[in-house]
Amino acid sequence: MNKIIFSIASCLLVVALLSSCTQNKKLPYYGERHAETVRDAAGVEKIDTVYQTIPNWSFLNQDSVVTTNKSTDGKVYVADFFFTSCTTICPTMHRNLMGVYNEFKTNPDVSFVSHTIDFKYDKPSVLKKYAQKLGVDGPKWLFLYGSKDSVYTLAEKSYLVAVGEDSTAKDGYIHQGYLVLIDKDKHIRGAYDGTKPEEVEKLKQDIPLLLAEYKK
Amino acid sequence: MRRHIIRSVFIFSIAGIIASCQNQETIDLQNYLSSGKDIYKAKCQNCHGENGEGLGQLAPPLTDSVFLKNNKARLACIIKNGLNEEISILDKTYKEKMPGFPELTDIEVAQVKVFITNSFGNNQGFSSYHQVAKELGKCK
Repeated sequence: MNKIIFSIASCLLVVALLSSCTQNKKLPYYGERHAETVRDAAGVEKIDTVYQTIPNWSFLNQDSVVTTNKSTDGKVYVADFFFTSCTTICPTMHRNLMGVYNEFKTNPDVSFVSHTIDFKYDKPSVLKKYAQKLGVDGPKWLFLYGSKDSVYTLAEKSYLVAVGEDSTAKDGYIHQGYLVLIDKDKHIRGAYDGTKPEEVEKLKQDIPLLLAEYKK
Repeated sequence: MRRHIIRSVFIFSIAGIIASCQNQETIDLQNYLSSGKDIYKAKCQNCHGENGEGLGQLAPPLTDSVFLKNNKARLACIIKNGLNEEISILDKTYKEKMPGFPELTDIEVAQVKVFITNSFGNNQGFSSYHQVAKELGKCK
């Protein structure tokens, strides 16, 4: 009899442990990190981990309006790098990203930022036409134009996405198709291959998890 | 009696030849469809979609049987050389340039053409690669 009670109790304990694990699920942090001594609100010194942060940026959006990182303040956002005349991976990436966009369309805490890497051709007016034809209207999904230097540095150093000009590539540029998930503190919390439906599905599930971290 | 037998054997063999011809075309169709599907996945699907649904107004759907029928003789040229003109598909206009795929051989173009015109709700039968080669010779 005792044995049975013991085994039931241990089963319950395991179940309780497992369920508490899933409740506390947190997305990982990507990129560089270092320890820093900081003072908290009470002035007490403590050691904290500082994660890689997306630096301030300023670009023209699809309406030719200067747009800065402030437009993503208080939001989690999905960033990617593409160009409008791309015929290889971009259509697939944006087809998949449209699915995510439609799912979070009414959620004011989620936004989308696509940077063009074609600094020669993709002026804001071109981006505007592209957005409209894709079926995107309004400021929730930003299409940003900037100089080669600023965009390429941001891509490689901050979002950790490889981009480049390549005269041997079919459309003149090469880039990775990652959709990068950024939290409200500008930290990288996920990177999903935008050409793979199963990874984009994961992104859809991770956004609510990330938002839940702020509901406390 | 003998004449009867000879006659019926003759008729049967003719019928057999016709039946086997049809079989050969069905086999070709199946072959073209399966190779065409692989090429479609590699070259076309990123814009036109897994189910030929297109992408917004950037890339038209491939489900407009009327357009495909009216442009049947041009399809091979469009696949190989791309398209840079405004077209109307299912009452919507599309202006974006379609890139060409000059790397495709005549038989590959034929395979993609057969796949597209017999998928996504289209059912327009077989085109042999001889026929497609002729069409490609007349591209503008």
